[in-house]
Amino acid sequence: MAERLFKNIGSRGLKGAVKGSEYRKEAFISYGILLIGYILLQLGAMTGLIGRNLQGQFVPICVYVSLAISLNLVVGISGELSLGHAGFMAVGAFTGILVAKILERSMSINPLILIIAIIAAALTASIAGFIIGIPILGLRGDYLAIVTLAFGEIVRNFMNVLYFGFDSNGKLRFAFNHTIEGVDTSDRIITGAIGATGVTKMASFTAAALLTAFTLFVVLNLKNSKQGRAIMSIRDNRIAGESIGLEVRKYKLMAFVVSAALAGMAGCMFGLNYSTLAPVKFNFNTSVLILVFVVLGGIGNIWGGMIAAALLTVLPEALRQFADYRMLTYAIVLIVVMICTYNPTIKARVGLFVDKFKPKKKKSGKGKTGKEAA
Amino acid sequence: MKKNWTKFLVVALSVMMVFAMTACGGGSSDGGDDAAEGGAGVLHLGGTGPLTGPAALYGNAVKNGAELAVNEINAANPDGLQLSWDMQDDEHDAEKAVNAYNKLVDDGMQVLIGSVTTAPCTAVAAEAYANRTFVLTPSASGPAVTDGNDNVFQLCFSDPNQGIASAEYIKNNYADKTVGVIYNNADNYSSGIFDKFKSEYESDGKQLAAVEAFSDDANADFTAQLNSMKNAGVDLIFLPIYYTPASNIMTQAAKMGYAPTYFGVDGMDGILDLEGFDTNLAEGVLLLTPFTPYSEDAKVQEFVKAYEDAYGETPIQFAADAYDCVYTIYDAFQKTGLGADASMDEICEALIGVFTGGDFTSSGLTAESMSWNAAGEVDKTPKVCVIEDGKYVEK
Amino acid sequence: MNFLNSLISGLSLGSVYAIIALGYTMVYGISKMLNFAHGDVIMVGGYVSFILTMYVGMNGWLALLVAMVACTILGILIERLAYRPLRGTGSLAVLITAIGVSYFLQNSALLIWGANPRVFNSLFNGMKTIHAAGGQLTITPESLFTIIANIVIMIALTLFVSKTKAGKAMRAVSEDNGAAQLMGINVNQSISLTFAIGSGLAAVAGVLMCSAYPVLMPTTGAMPGIKAFTAAVFGGIGSIPGAMIGGLLLGIIEIFARAYISTELSDAIVFACLIIVLLVKPTGLLGKKINEKV
Repeated sequence: MAERLFKNIGSRGLKGAVKGSEYRKEAFISYGILLIGYILLQLGAMTGLIGRNLQGQFVPICVYVSLAISLNLVVGISGELSLGHAGFMAVGAFTGILVAKILERSMSINPLILIIAIIAAALTASIAGFIIGIPILGLRGDYLAIVTLAFGEIVRNFMNVLYFGFDSNGKLRFAFNHTIEGVDTSDRIITGAIGATGVTKMASFTAAALLTAFTLFVVLNLKNSKQGRAIMSIRDNRIAGESIGLEVRKYKLMAFVVSAALAGMAGCMFGLNYSTLAPVKFNFNTSVLILVFVVLGGIGNIWGGMIAAALLTVLPEALRQFADYRMLTYAIVLIVVMICTYNPTIKARVGLFVDKFKPKKKKSGKGKTGKEAA
Repeated sequence: MKKNWTKFLVVALSVMMVFAMTACGGGSSDGGDDAAEGGAGVLHLGGTGPLTGPAALYGNAVKNGAELAVNEINAANPDGLQLSWDMQDDEHDAEKAVNAYNKLVDDGMQVLIGSVTTAPCTAVAAEAYANRTFVLTPSASGPAVTDGNDNVFQLCFSDPNQGIASAEYIKNNYADKTVGVIYNNADNYSSGIFDKFKSEYESDGKQLAAVEAFSDDANADFTAQLNSMKNAGVDLIFLPIYYTPASNIMTQAAKMGYAPTYFGVDGMDGILDLEGFDTNLAEGVLLLTPFTPYSEDAKVQEFVKAYEDAYGETPIQFAADAYDCVYTIYDAFQKTGLGADASMDEICEALIGVFTGGDFTSSGLTAESMSWNAAGEVDKTPKVCVIEDGKYVEK
Repeated sequence: MNFLNSLISGLSLGSVYAIIALGYTMVYGISKMLNFAHGDVIMVGGYVSFILTMYVGMNGWLALLVAMVACTILGILIERLAYRPLRGTGSLAVLITAIGVSYFLQNSALLIWGANPRVFNSLFNGMKTIHAAGGQLTITPESLFTIIANIVIMIALTLFVSKTKAGKAMRAVSEDNGAAQLMGINVNQSISLTFAIGSGLAAVAGVLMCSAYPVLMPTTGAMPGIKAFTAAVFGGIGSIPGAMIGGLLLGIIEIFARAYISTELSDAIVFACLIIVLLVKPTGLLGKKINEKV
């Protein structure tokens, strides 16, 4: 089943890891996109060429790019379909906000608070990833997808009944209903469905871009490491991987936990970018959105996912001129782009067109990999 | 690598196509934009609210209500101050709302009417506070909206006040009833009201007999919640929720043969005009609301007629709030003595001065002589209505 | 009594999930794709039926028939235009397209029918609720008919798939696409037929669901769609009896969680049960074991 899921599309990663030059090329392009994007946007903002609308999206763009990279680790490199990435984002975001709120009482250096909050977010999200990662080990394909979906919904459901606040001694207390013992209603910092309010905005474009760079660093290095190659060989042929003595469970879990931690960090950055954050943000739609970035960018293709994430984040804003037809147009663009990028006939035609403008290169035997024959 | 390039090209092309289309799309056709540049110039009003997604009806009501007021003002005095109105979709999402707000600022908005719902409005309020935009929200009733923001004012009752007012009314008038609550635990508005209701109601030893929740999904099965109410002997259910799930609860209760008294809040308004709803089921429903389309008031009647003519549906309270917002801003702006070419932050400081000056009141569809305190909360008296013979009757 | 009442609501809700889950499961069985737009087809069915009864004055049952035809056509169109161009490219690409179709249907409904919710007139409005055990036990006609409809559909579908030629062809295609083609089975036709049946059933589910829980909005199908997808996996995706058992269990667990544990956490409980079941039976209750070939 999993094999079918990734038929024809997950082959690039393996080659990327096997050939050092391919890896360097991928790293070069990925970091390049990030750096050029950062410089261009900064310049645009400084010269006033970029308006408030786009400037306001700098941080979310970086966050979604990071999320796309981290989800690619699970979907593209490890070859498992995950529909609950927003759940890890939620865990990270609320942890980050909680930590920031606590630290704010005794510290005033915001960048330092931000860093500590992000580390805390990575910790809790990786714990969540570990807990949910264990049942995942025995599951395949769509069954695994549904467990991640279930996890995302459970997290959101719990957030709706979770209350945090400080009591009169400044001690942090929590409860699973409206009344927290010893805490005045006005001293609550996270209030169930209302979520967190009065959050100090600590995220900045530079910080978010650095986080993206860090995410990229972790994922690319993992991909090119011994472990990464093991993970990819398990994706391409689990049985072959097992037969040469790879510990399938360990490697799958590792990819999953790392991805969860990175998603938690991105979530934390997102949470600290707005004055309020409600659990409803992290619903199924958000998980799916991140998956859309990954698939649209090409499963396993890190920089493709980055570009797709950035473009699709900006797209609904660019469509505002369509007024009532905005989301309809978005849906149509999504369908058309998917068909154009994946339909074999159209792909072949566009490919011929592109080849005319490209220096001739040695044809690589893509498409058919080992698993086809399995 | 060929595949990569193909993909990139296609994505880039389609995005470029969309950008090109938007560029050609040109200016929006919102009311007042093309109004004659009268002597007094044009004041640009902007708003954000959910125009798509599950909360779309609230955003669209605000969009229409404000548009109606803007058109009226512009037509009434073509040589005086003209208004323009641009409403942007925020999908009931904080992130999108901030984007929408930024877009409005880019387009030269001077005063913000919105956001429509609480969570997005809280996020926008913080941005507007830093950026000095005057904000009057028609319907974002959560306390976090105004908290710490001197530039944000509410035209609706705040959630805590509604919760307290409902609890007091029930305690005073239905002391002998067994009270239960069904609320939406995934919704800011509902949780906010319930929170205060519970603490106020239980403040002097009384207990709520049953409290049940549901999550956002309006079309859920409520039999479990209703059975719990029934078994606890509840004969008055407080419903701090919107009318859509409320209609569902009433229909299902009727099928079970369970007929308690319902007490709703302002979100309940609209239930009588719900297409296809058997209004007999809402007979005897009590609700705390500032606006009903059935009011005898001449102004309200005129508004309802104009709204029905323009949009083909009966206005809900959100539309009336938005209509009042536009008139309030219009009146207050006249008081500042500023010209329409004043900058956003000049207008912001001047309007804050007017609103908190102590002598500014505004009368509209939702209340007579509303005034505001420095915290941004409106002072208006909630009216308790009961539904009798398919109409609201004031109590 | 409370227990029986909950059981009946659970069975009724579960039957709705089961009928929707059938659409998921059949489509998955034959084309190995998760059709996330399926929930929105339910919404379209609800709206078509609503418009016909309210504005055209059509009889409810006739409107149901027209809605079924409309959804069948819609299902075939979606498959033809959005999914077929991507056949054979792996199910993830189709999954994303399905999500695009879902957005498309929701936003089209918003533009066509507006944001204001409608209250659906129950198909069984004239009928009386049965009160038994001294008024303690209530059985609404909606519950009764939903449960009956579920059983009838299940039997009919099982017979169709096992006895008719078209049904056998569908099974062959889902077993091995390539081999079926070699045996002279028209694969495209089989897949279209599957979508047609699934979408027609979605219209039935839409009308039954809206009869019991009457609010109709452009997003009405979204949540039941996700729940039904869960139900399909619960029972073992691809299996028709699995969809029925999964749907019924999911409905019962949901109602019982609300009645006896917590209304605030009922969704979390449902999903937690799902995870536990999958831990014990990794391919769902009736799912086929995946045979691995080397």
